[in-house]
Amino acid sequence: MKQRAITALNALAVFAALLALWQLILWVFHVPSFMLPSPWAVVRAAGARFPVLLNSLAITAEESAGGLAASIAVGVLVALLFAQSRWVRKMLYPYTLLLQTVPIIAIAPLIIMWVGAGISAVILIAFIISVAPIIANTTQGLISVDENLVHLFLMHNASRRQLLFKLRLPHAVPSLFVGIRIASGIAVIGAIIGELFAGSVRVGEGGLGYSILYASSQLQTDYMFALVVAATVLGFSFLFLVMFLEWYFLHRWHESARAPETESHSHSWLRGFCDL
Amino acid sequence: MNAIAGAPEIEITGVTKRYGNAHAVLESLNLAVAKQEFISIIGPSGCGKSTILKLIAGLTAPTSGTIRVDGMTPLNARETISFVFQDATLLPWRNVKQNVGLGLELERLPNERREKEIAALLDLVGLKNVAKSYPRELSGGMKMRVSIARALATSPRVMLLDEPFAALDEMSRDRLNEEILRLRAEKNWTAVFVTHSVSEAVFLSDRIVVLAPNPGRIYAEFLVELPPPRTSAIRNSLEFDAIVARVSHTLRETIRQ
Repeated sequence: MKQRAITALNALAVFAALLALWQLILWVFHVPSFMLPSPWAVVRAAGARFPVLLNSLAITAEESAGGLAASIAVGVLVALLFAQSRWVRKMLYPYTLLLQTVPIIAIAPLIIMWVGAGISAVILIAFIISVAPIIANTTQGLISVDENLVHLFLMHNASRRQLLFKLRLPHAVPSLFVGIRIASGIAVIGAIIGELFAGSVRVGEGGLGYSILYASSQLQTDYMFALVVAATVLGFSFLFLVMFLEWYFLHRWHESARAPETESHSHSWLRGFCDL
Repeated sequence: MNAIAGAPEIEITGVTKRYGNAHAVLESLNLAVAKQEFISIIGPSGCGKSTILKLIAGLTAPTSGTIRVDGMTPLNARETISFVFQDATLLPWRNVKQNVGLGLELERLPNERREKEIAALLDLVGLKNVAKSYPRELSGGMKMRVSIARALATSPRVMLLDEPFAALDEMSRDRLNEEILRLRAEKNWTAVFVTHSVSEAVFLSDRIVVLAPNPGRIYAEFLVELPPPRTSAIRNSLEFDAIVARVSHTLRETIRQ
């Protein structure tokens, strides 16, 4: 516990030092505030437009969550299909890579044309760029079951259904969570990028990505910074939530969700951060 | 020794097994195991020991020859067979109780009967106070106990054990060997036990089959005639040492060939 408190204090100290450096640069080089506002100006801008900022945050959170949820649902279904045979995998897997590599900027106009600008277009973009890691990881989990466990099930004349629900799916849950953890970060980024192109149906109102664009056109650099901070907080919250759920579901039985033996205190879902 | 008369429980006739076009893992193997007989199969790596178990269990098919278990094909006889693997192969997301009950669950035994059977088994194997623990919380020896309890749950008549104690320390191994003897006396299964350890084979078996490699075939057989009852004390007897010496000597011959 004491060690963790020290780690937290260190992180805070670094944060304070960075703020100080930022302020120092402003004073020494006389940077105009529309290029780089002071930390305090950013806080003031956030405070002044707090309800609007919260609204933007909520919109982006909703779009990210929607995209991530769609990725999980579709990703698991596709993984189940892929797990059926090596043949299916070889035939279809390259196309999931295509999803990951397609330049979203290039197809954004198409998406707007198909589903119209607004939340659904952004969700679709967040989904497209976050689904691949879920497919890849879940498939890996489904097919990497120990051969002897399969033999054990066969010895009891287990049905295909039993093999799937009592062996392959539970075995794939830790891998699924690895996929979700990766996808959660990408989904937020995807939503913000999506908003840059398809973010708003009304002028001046939209998610974080759209608001950043709008604030930039108005030269409200201090508010832009506040939006960037909000976007970072959102990404972090998603990651934290997923890590907590992962710990909650897996800590009783899975190694990855446990604290190392040397730390005798409670199992920690924050371990990923402490280990970095 | 006891009850070697009568129709054999397991009968392997002229079985050859090759994977792909590679050389044969087993070549024209003939082996009969009587009802309630406990045999050990021992031999150098690559002589097809584990393959014999997989053939009896119907997990792989012979290239030629026939296998009968209780007069049936291995696939039809599966309900009478239990397999204990080299690793405990437990489901990590299930606790001890749920792992032991897996076979009964897959065979769709009603809930209350399942509960009763599992409770009796946990008692029998000495796992009662870890019933709610998860596999990662158990030692290697305890995991193996769970694996054995799981195999016993479906009341098998034939037990196939594939080097079940190879990864354990000597103390746990000795304790589990005694446990196997006790359970076997109680349940009277027919057993085929694959091992690398000569003393383990001698301690447990009525008969020891020594295999030679390239291709896998039976090189020698030994009847283990130790005066009953078999207890841990027998490991210190002269007769025990004499049989171990003979089997070890033969085993070395198969490697030198």
